[in-house]
Amino acid sequence: MDLFEYQARDLLASHGVPVLPGGVAETPEQAEAIAREIGQQVVVKAQVKVGGRGKAGGVKLAADADEARARAQDILGLDIKGHITHKVMVAQASDIAEEYYFSYLLDRSNRTFLAMASKEGGMEIEQLAVERPEALARIPVDASVGVDAQKAAEIVDAANFPAEVRDQVIAIAVQLWDVFSKEDATLVEVNPLAKAPDGTVLALDAKITLDENAGFRHTEHAALEDVAAADPLEARAKEKDLNYVKLQGEVGIIGNGAGLVMSTLDVVAYAGEEFGGVKPANFLDIGGGASAEVMANGLEIILSDPDVKSVFVNVFGGITACDAVANGIVSALSILGDEATKPLVVRLDGNNVEEGRRILAEANHPLVTVVDTMDGAARRAAELAA
Amino acid sequence: MSIFLNENSKVIVQGMTGSEGSKHTQRMLASGTAIVGGVNPRKAGTSVDFDGASVPVFGGVAEAMKETGADVSVIFVPPPFAKAAVIEAVDAQIGLAVVITEGIPVHDSTYFWAHAQGGSTRIIGPNCPGLISPGRSNAGIIPANITKQGKIGLVSKSGTLTYQMMYELRDIGFSTAIGIGGDPVIGTTHIDALQAFQDDPETEAIVMIGEIGGDAEERAADFIKANVTKPVVGYVAGFTAPEGKTMGHAGAIVSGSAGTAQAKQEALEAAGVRVGKTPSETAKLMREIVGA
Repeated sequence: MDLFEYQARDLLASHGVPVLPGGVAETPEQAEAIAREIGQQVVVKAQVKVGGRGKAGGVKLAADADEARARAQDILGLDIKGHITHKVMVAQASDIAEEYYFSYLLDRSNRTFLAMASKEGGMEIEQLAVERPEALARIPVDASVGVDAQKAAEIVDAANFPAEVRDQVIAIAVQLWDVFSKEDATLVEVNPLAKAPDGTVLALDAKITLDENAGFRHTEHAALEDVAAADPLEARAKEKDLNYVKLQGEVGIIGNGAGLVMSTLDVVAYAGEEFGGVKPANFLDIGGGASAEVMANGLEIILSDPDVKSVFVNVFGGITACDAVANGIVSALSILGDEATKPLVVRLDGNNVEEGRRILAEANHPLVTVVDTMDGAARRAAELAA
Repeated sequence: MSIFLNENSKVIVQGMTGSEGSKHTQRMLASGTAIVGGVNPRKAGTSVDFDGASVPVFGGVAEAMKETGADVSVIFVPPPFAKAAVIEAVDAQIGLAVVITEGIPVHDSTYFWAHAQGGSTRIIGPNCPGLISPGRSNAGIIPANITKQGKIGLVSKSGTLTYQMMYELRDIGFSTAIGIGGDPVIGTTHIDALQAFQDDPETEAIVMIGEIGGDAEERAADFIKANVTKPVVGYVAGFTAPEGKTMGHAGAIVSGSAGTAQAKQEALEAAGVRVGKTPSETAKLMREIVGA
């Protein structure tokens, strides 16, 4: 889960990382009140989970509270690369003497954590990594050891931070590790980490990604989720514990196992090329179990998607054999009754497949077509959606 | 021969008394696996009956190994306790720890991976279906009755695609099929399995199944080019996955331009691997190679 800047800032502050005073506003009036509290020049920043908001007019200075309200008025509702701005952060403005960069992240390739630091911050780090790779220190962090003051010093020295900020940056590096490890983050990136004219080092902007698998030990993280932005079908699926992703297409997909469902989307998209570019409408993995109830919940979500014109149920009967899956489909359709209105193409393979197909044939449901192969079934489903 | 698991493997189950653990212990036993014990400190000294087969429960992995000679542990322990379970298996120096559990925080898996470095334990998973050497042993949740012993080796990030491919090629059979898991950080990689299949005299050809996220497939492609002389066919899932969305597996995500299916396919093809457009086409490519 990616956090908004204001959420990241709050999380940093809760672990002692120095940040500037500020708050988040959903209306110009709230922005004005926060600016009044700060009592000096502020910066009003669009809260969107996408880069390049400065260029898009999403970051503005305001000399006083009245101006902060006006700037918030301008920015709220702004469309930044397809992301509508619903909130602004109002923070004390800071003069910046120098900009640095510091991050911790999961390094998948090397199965370890990585600290990245540079005394040249402010720009996009991908750009720095390409243009001046020597200016970016990359230090692996052993997950079973972590970052203490000594390790932090190693990172900071590798990046050649100026002597006058060294101790401050080391202390911040330890605090940022605290955020990264104790909050189960996969990314904590401060850019810029700034030196104010008085020499104080502060985190001015941050990106944090939290590991959703660690939710069981961070119940407070659930409140950070951007419920308003979620697709309504995705939100409903989540309530029912279904692994569902809405896509832009016409063929509803249900399958078991993440890999098989991803593969099903691809096969439908290939088949769809023949029928004017028909595409899969969603990802839905009902897992190994594939019980009648889960099947019914999944079908209900997919059939309520107005974009869906046909449905492809693609199940490999492994742990749950095909006869159980077939019974699940039949009872799901009877649970749904008149709500089931779109054609279903079903492909079953694996354990007890003959019995599974016999059950579907016997039920003889008018909406159901059974096709023996995955490729053939994908083609039929695409044809029905064209 | 087979890789990582054979007819002499003695298997214990951590989390055997839980619902998933007990269901799959039953299935592993039914497929002929030598399950020699379970581990649960609160039920140590008892035993569990599986259709007449009595399996003793031990207080810890080290004790179970000492009493039974176990060299493989299959771990079904729930996410909050999985890290401790894997560390226990590693500290007991078991040869193979197969972590089935889905939903382990990545800080925990990165920790136990680091902890296992320099030790003697191979970790498979987490979030994987385990591995099967058909006709010999089955450590995990792969259905045992899909196919038989044979000459194809299979390594895959995905469980159901593993089953699908085993089914497509069931008449030819497999030396070992191994599901390495869909998490961002996993123990055994495509490369580890490719190396083992290359060294296994029984394996004549290899199917490698990948999916979006990370760069494991690209690295495997480089490895194949340099080290694998046996024919490899590939399949990659997730061409239609949108950027920034997690597709079921925690590790299956395209980040910016990184981790796309297109890039993986291109890397594999550049290494001389024939990549099928669909699972069925991939199976067909394998048939052309093994001549069946």
